[in-house]
Amino acid sequence: MGKSLFEKVWEAHSVRELPNGQTQLLIGTHLIHEVTSPQAFGMLRERGISVKYPERTFATVDHIVPTNEMNEPYSDPLAQAMIEELRKNCAENDVTFFDTNTGKQGVVHIVGPEQGITQPGTTIACGDSHTSTHGAFGAIAFGIGTSQVRDVLATQTMALNKLKVRRINVDGQLSPGVYAKDVILHIIRTLGVNGGTGYAYEYAGEVFDNFSMEERMTVCNMSIEGGARAGYVNPDETTFEYLQGRPYAPKGADWEAAVERWKGYASDADCTYDDVINIRAEDIAPTVTWGINPGQGVFIDQNIPKIEEGRTESERAGIEEALEYMKFEGGTAIKGVKVNVAFLGSCTNGRLSDLQEVAKYLEGRKVDPSVKAIVVPGSQVVAKIAEELGLNKIFSEAGFEWRGAGCSMCLAMNPDKLVGDQLCASSSNRNFKGRQGSVTGRTILMSPLMVAAAAVTGEISDAREVFGILEPASV
Amino acid sequence: MALEKITQVSGRGVPVPGDDIDTDRIIPARFMKCVTFDGLGEFAFYDVRNDEEGNTRAHPLNEERYAGASILISGNNFGCGSSREHAPQALYRAGFRAIIAEGFAEIFFGNSTQLGIPCVCASSDDINTLRAAVEADPQVEITVDLNEKVVRYGDNSVPCEIRDGARSALVNGKWDPIQDLLDGSGDVAQVASGLAYMSGK
Repeated sequence: MGKSLFEKVWEAHSVRELPNGQTQLLIGTHLIHEVTSPQAFGMLRERGISVKYPERTFATVDHIVPTNEMNEPYSDPLAQAMIEELRKNCAENDVTFFDTNTGKQGVVHIVGPEQGITQPGTTIACGDSHTSTHGAFGAIAFGIGTSQVRDVLATQTMALNKLKVRRINVDGQLSPGVYAKDVILHIIRTLGVNGGTGYAYEYAGEVFDNFSMEERMTVCNMSIEGGARAGYVNPDETTFEYLQGRPYAPKGADWEAAVERWKGYASDADCTYDDVINIRAEDIAPTVTWGINPGQGVFIDQNIPKIEEGRTESERAGIEEALEYMKFEGGTAIKGVKVNVAFLGSCTNGRLSDLQEVAKYLEGRKVDPSVKAIVVPGSQVVAKIAEELGLNKIFSEAGFEWRGAGCSMCLAMNPDKLVGDQLCASSSNRNFKGRQGSVTGRTILMSPLMVAAAAVTGEISDAREVFGILEPASV
Repeated sequence: MALEKITQVSGRGVPVPGDDIDTDRIIPARFMKCVTFDGLGEFAFYDVRNDEEGNTRAHPLNEERYAGASILISGNNFGCGSSREHAPQALYRAGFRAIIAEGFAEIFFGNSTQLGIPCVCASSDDINTLRAAVEADPQVEITVDLNEKVVRYGDNSVPCEIRDGARSALVNGKWDPIQDLLDGSGDVAQVASGLAYMSGK
């Protein structure tokens, strides 16, 4: 009987069964950032323990960095204190820190892959739920809390329960104007925001075979929004091609050996899954959220649901609460809803290909005067390459503010925040109440090109219409 | 240091109705600009309790009759979203010692267990009945019994579920695994030596 990638990686990293029945799992790669690590370092100091594998621990700063203010001290003293604390902790413990002066700083889930730290067949943990992103490489990657950050710093292991594996096949061809973001929003809408509880998602099928690494990362990133703590794609030639030559990727003879090893981690054809879901690519249209969790989504040409459309009492209560918060009326079109802010960036969609795809269509267009539009590259590396390609000029000329690297308006731990009940067309990952920094602020999640369409028209729009992307005639 | 064996938690309850109560609601991100967890308690559910102008909202968490409650009662998928341990840390510092809900998000559940906060699941019907009882009499004493896997209140008793590993960790005083993890460090080196990438290859 064959094994899934999840089982193979789990077995290779299992240290022992703990007295409480959990598995002590080796975490090969630990990524840390300024928000969830300082308390963990504090706990280590209290116990007089040092970092066990500093060479397997990598830090960057992302949540709190202002993206429009490059010089320190930052105007927010709390942000300044946090970056200094991380600097101190990394220096004291010999941890590599991709600091703001290295040219490598950025959102942790963008930095790991682009430095070649994220590799197939590895286990990765980070004190951030979007750590699932790294599964795109065939790694098993867990978002963890601060006590677990402490555990990994102290022991390079953590206590875990084994997950079940659900394979999600997406076969067929996506229509033009339908992106990886639409695929994951559709999956979450279909399976529910807690449908993945207890599971790792294995994404597969023609659509994933054809996806670039950056598209795979977008999907894996939002696994947690569907309740799945981890999500992954089996490694293949696309994975190896992406990794070759990156700073932390194996070199020379080690490279050949690594590729052979990595191939062996892919799920066997005859392995069994705890669950299998099949989705047709042709059934997926550009998707936007209308509510207050990522599962409350509709296709762009659909209406916002009415309360009575909820299938259960709890779903009806959920729709009612969401409609009230979003100030929407059930049964009306989502298309045409006025937008105040357009945010392009985040660990979901702040990579080079996201910016390139938008720039391709944005050239010569203007952001509607009613919209504040910002584009935030996911890392300093992304920003540099984008600037070399002249993408910053295209965005600036269109009326987008071109920013430095960081999490920015995805979660509002920095100066980028919604004001009052502003409505934001956002390429980020969460539309929770208050998520973007205003208690009454409203978020609509969508693909980067849909954000651009909303910016240009001033309202939620179908990017295919705005930018003249045609459906193939044969469908 | 031996940890407390958490076999049961007793106290008064407060309902936080609704499904999918996310961690941004439990502790908004702006209160996470800190390098310790101290002081997070007063910001638990801040935006649920206060509106934009800082006026208190109509919510059980603001009602005097629930003051001092230590058991939180909620709906399905409680604690979804971010992995921030700040959420259970804030709840603990706000006085909560157990959570009864229809279901919990994975990371929140693990974070809470590791802090010694039992998260138990009960059916929707049982939670509605419990909530009604607490609303009728906020003084009613609730006991979450992890040995018996029941929630008792007044003359009632309803079944509750908690994953075996978490239950055994709590009742045996093993909910913070750090010592066990440290004890296995010899084995860790051996497993690591079999993984080429651990040495950068």
